[in-house]
Amino acid sequence: MTDLFRLTDVEKSYTRGKEKISIFDKLTMRIEEGDFVAIMGPSGSGKTTLLNLLGGTDKANKGEIEFDGKRIDNLSEGQLTAWRAANVGFIFQFYNLMPILTAAQNVELPLLLTKLSPKKRRDNVATALKIVGLEDRAKHRPREMSGGQQQRIAIARAIVSDPKLLLCDEPTGDLDRTTADEILGTLQVLNRDLGKTIIMVTHDAQAAKYAKRTLHLDKGHFVESELAA
Amino acid sequence: MASLLNQIGAVTALNVRSIPQRAWMSIASIVAVALTIAVLLFFLALAQGLTRTVEGSGSDDVAMVIRSGSNAELNSVVSRDQLTILSSGPGVMQRASRPLASGELLVIVDGLKRSTNTKANMPFRGIGAEGLALRRGVTITQGRMFSPGSNEIVVGAGLIREFAGFGFGETVRIRGSDWKIVGVFEAPGTVFESELWADVAVTQSLFNRPNAYQTMRVQLASPEAVAPFKTWADADPRLQGLEILSERAYYARQASQSNQFIVIAWVLGILMAIGALAGAVNTMYSSVATRSAEIATLRIIGFSGWAAFFGTMVEALALSMMGGILGILIAFVAFNGRTTSTLGSGFTQLVFKFDLSPPIVITAIVMAMVIGFVGGFFPGIRAARQRPQLELAAQ
Ligand SMILES: Nc1ncnc2c1ncn2[C@@H]1O[C@H](COP(=O)(O)OP(=O)(O)OP(=O)(O)O)[C@@H](O)[C@H]1O
Ligand SMILES: [Mg+2]
Repeated sequence: MTDLFRLTDVEKSYTRGKEKISIFDKLTMRIEEGDFVAIMGPSGSGKTTLLNLLGGTDKANKGEIEFDGKRIDNLSEGQLTAWRAANVGFIFQFYNLMPILTAAQNVELPLLLTKLSPKKRRDNVATALKIVGLEDRAKHRPREMSGGQQQRIAIARAIVSDPKLLLCDEPTGDLDRTTADEILGTLQVLNRDLGKTIIMVTHDAQAAKYAKRTLHLDKGHFVESELAA
Repeated sequence: MASLLNQIGAVTALNVRSIPQRAWMSIASIVAVALTIAVLLFFLALAQGLTRTVEGSGSDDVAMVIRSGSNAELNSVVSRDQLTILSSGPGVMQRASRPLASGELLVIVDGLKRSTNTKANMPFRGIGAEGLALRRGVTITQGRMFSPGSNEIVVGAGLIREFAGFGFGETVRIRGSDWKIVGVFEAPGTVFESELWADVAVTQSLFNRPNAYQTMRVQLASPEAVAPFKTWADADPRLQGLEILSERAYYARQASQSNQFIVIAWVLGILMAIGALAGAVNTMYSSVATRSAEIATLRIIGFSGWAAFFGTMVEALALSMMGGILGILIAFVAFNGRTTSTLGSGFTQLVFKFDLSPPIVITAIVMAMVIGFVGGFFPGIRAARQRPQLELAAQ
């Protein structure tokens, strides 16, 4: 298997006032293409920060981040934006759907960043909705749907432009057990059948079981034995 | 590029469709822009109407004689002898072998203004026998012209509209004498419609100003005849101290007083625009703030900062344009074409119509767009700078 991500000596720190808060100090790790990784760890350990670095929504202070053999740590803001649009699907804890758009319009959003024709866009939206099993909800607005359904719409939005990578920050944090299991099952299918590489941050050990492996993060450090896996 | 347009379109649609979530704020900022525009238009239309009326009053081929340095008829003096000499000048037209010239005396009389029910000054003009013939735009629409040597007056239609007690057939008492109103004249779009006219000789005697003339009008053969007439008069030592210019030039000079309304228009307009701008900026900052999670989400998905900027800009422009259009509608309904009167030159009331000409309306639209542009610019930058980070999208 080839590496999708290769992080070498990544440093990330924030400055708050005069104080410098170091989150990652020489973080080195690999994630293979087709992997489904759960990342767990206490609050403040740097999980979201890591997702931001992997998803190109934040920049490392030092070190190299390679995606699919190409460095992304030295891309400009605009290049990163385009890179995200092409390669990453994001799934959020609170779904982050646009309340005034219908399910189909929400799913279509990432396609507006492509050169696809309106007809092709509609086809792709229909396919994505079908994958998450909500083709009959295309015209519904988020508030007319349950949390689980909204998260499915959000998943459809994340996969509609067919990115290699899905980044999920607590995707089931706002859902009950049964619904959470359904969502996690869907993610598993996306990983297994569509080959999506999934990196999922979660506080929930049950949820982590759906992943192929779980990494534990504590104060910016992974348990070394797990990284080797 | 196509993608950027798509993005901008999508973000703009999101912005605009979320306006109802900020309905009251948005309405308030629309109303603020509308009021600003309406006030600006009020004074600009006032100035325009005033300018058009004053400038429209003069003819090219009528020479106007006043005392040099007097900027109003009231403080001008032309003697009877000068009048006689001028009547025989080169290019002066004749009618029934009498020169088409009119020595005139303007006095100020009181009238009751209908709109405010207060006293205001009216111009009472004594004109020569040819005074009517010299003013081609003027027609008697009711009754007849006053007869020379009598206490009769004819009244401008505008003055009748604005002042009480000057109806056709009425007798009015002015400065201790009774005057009978024997006719009404119309002179659309000129200052004359705001005047009362009587025989100049009777005016001189009843107002106790024997032999006093202030101005003289002379009908010349053509506009080109004004210059030679002036050259001829300037060369005559008996006519020293007089200024000769075309009637149109004279009124164009008078029209400069409407500049004061233009100044008021812009001072008030800009002050109010600053207020409206503050409202617009506030509304747009609040728009950006309430949508910050939405903007962060779009940025994470891959929408550019430009799209966020333009979305905010277009929302601001849409609001200010709605305000601008509302303001223009208010202006058209409330006062365009309405007659009003204001203190004209010579401290008398001048009746004219508000005039919303296309350039003025365009000015208003530009003003509304400037408010929208500035109002959207800084909030737009804030939207564009919204960091595309996951924790921000979670709020
Ligand atoms: N923009 C920022 N500026 C300053 N400090 C930050 C910023 N973002 C995160 N931090 C700090 O970095 C540390 C790691 O934050 P992070 O959000 O990655 O934690 P987390 O593991 O996702 O926690 P949680 O489980 O609560 O979501 C925390 O101490 C946090 O306060
Ligand atoms: Mg977090």
